[in-house]
Amino acid sequence: MEYEIPADLLYTPDHEWLRRDPDREDEVTIGITEFAQEQLGDVVYLELPTEGTELTAGAPFGEIESAKTVAELFAPVSGELIGVNGELEDRPELVNESPFDEGWIVRVRTSKVDELDSLLDADAYRALIPED
Amino acid sequence: MTDQEHSSPLVHLALRDRHMAQGARFAPFAGWEMPLQYEGIVAEHLAVRERVGVFDVSHLARAWVEGPDADELLRSVTTFDVTTLPVGQAHYSLYCNETGGIEDDVFIYHLPGERWLVIHNAANADRDFERLRAVAGNAASEVTPETVMLAIQGPEAIGLLGTVVSAEIPSMQPRECAELDWRGTSVLFARTGYTGEDGGECIVDAEHAGALWDALIDGGATPAGLGARDTLRLEAALPLHGSDIDATTHPYEAGLGFAVSLDDGAPFTGREALAALKAQPRTRRLAHLAARARGVIRAGFAVREPGGTEPICCLTSGAYSPSLRLGIGMAYLPVEQATRGTMLEVDVRGRALPVEVVRRPFYRKPED
Repeated sequence: MEYEIPADLLYTPDHEWLRRDPDREDEVTIGITEFAQEQLGDVVYLELPTEGTELTAGAPFGEIESAKTVAELFAPVSGELIGVNGELEDRPELVNESPFDEGWIVRVRTSKVDELDSLLDADAYRALIPED
Repeated sequence: MTDQEHSSPLVHLALRDRHMAQGARFAPFAGWEMPLQYEGIVAEHLAVRERVGVFDVSHLARAWVEGPDADELLRSVTTFDVTTLPVGQAHYSLYCNETGGIEDDVFIYHLPGERWLVIHNAANADRDFERLRAVAGNAASEVTPETVMLAIQGPEAIGLLGTVVSAEIPSMQPRECAELDWRGTSVLFARTGYTGEDGGECIVDAEHAGALWDALIDGGATPAGLGARDTLRLEAALPLHGSDIDATTHPYEAGLGFAVSLDDGAPFTGREALAALKAQPRTRRLAHLAARARGVIRAGFAVREPGGTEPICCLTSGAYSPSLRLGIGMAYLPVEQATRGTMLEVDVRGRALPVEVVRRPFYRKPED
């Protein structure tokens, strides 16, 4: 199966993506990849912190529940949570249906912009996806 | 769902290629490689609730007991008085141990010619068959490998079966069973299931099973896996052996007293213990819990008083209910707390999720 991996995003080995804000270089939008949502199956609930919470790169900050399992969300970068996708409260399935767009999960204002340099580009991430 | 430890290779389903063609994702279950899901648990679940789904449940063990005293032999090992079961009827029953604990839950079909079919859970198959062998000897035979069992469930299931399998099916009543001619072979059909929906289950020889599967799919049935089977049965508040009932639980506290016949006076394994348990007041009861905030409750999570720290018990089953869009589960609660409306909380990895004791089943069909 060929998974969509948009070229303009950054990725983590935990199958999360980051989109840099075109206007504000320290702000990023975070979600999970198409591969991740496919592995999880039907997403039914997300447990997320409230805006203003400080995240630490590498530390878990939330949970994503699917019909069959639960996975932790790890902060790809350090910083302040400045937005949560409220649509997911009533429609968690957006994470499955539109993982890179309507299914975005949180927005973060990074406190260490250079942490973004250690993330993967699309080609490096694609190499991590197991051949089915 | 629990999986037993099996060192031997997984048993493959006869229809494995067809499941793969439908995009199945497989998982080991009780020694079998089973389809966990195809399109997705929620979509399959809703297809069964709204239309019709087909499950390959060939992992369920199938054994015949035959002969003039087959009913008496079965009566001696199961809790329900099968000697009263007319030909062409199926009934739920239990194997209990000498202390009244539930060793397995089973379905027993009475067929013409002094033939009885017993359906066992896959995880207990070997032990269950030994139990039959011990009383019936060579009158008991297993037919699991050479047959396939399909469950067709949903509001459109009977209509589909009437078209695909036999025009006799729509006139059959719940729990009726019959051997029906189909394309030169025999399909053993029973109007039974494990989803809370109307429908039936078909047992057919493995050689013809592919054609039956294809005909059901072509007729509009959605292939559904063990994932949806688990959420459907939980919404219907049907217990799963190995999770909600086992050798440490007894039928009365599990709400399965209807499957225990004591009035006929016949001896059967566990009878004395069950008679004593029935006469005693219950200390706990299998209760049904619905989450009152967003979140998913799952088997093994601790149940507490609101604001409490000490666990009262743990959930025996738990899942996200696709029909109700909330977390649901079951747990053995002390009787004083097992009453409708009691508010409790479940420990979801350190987070307290409020739950309410509700009546069973969780899900009711719209017309009910």
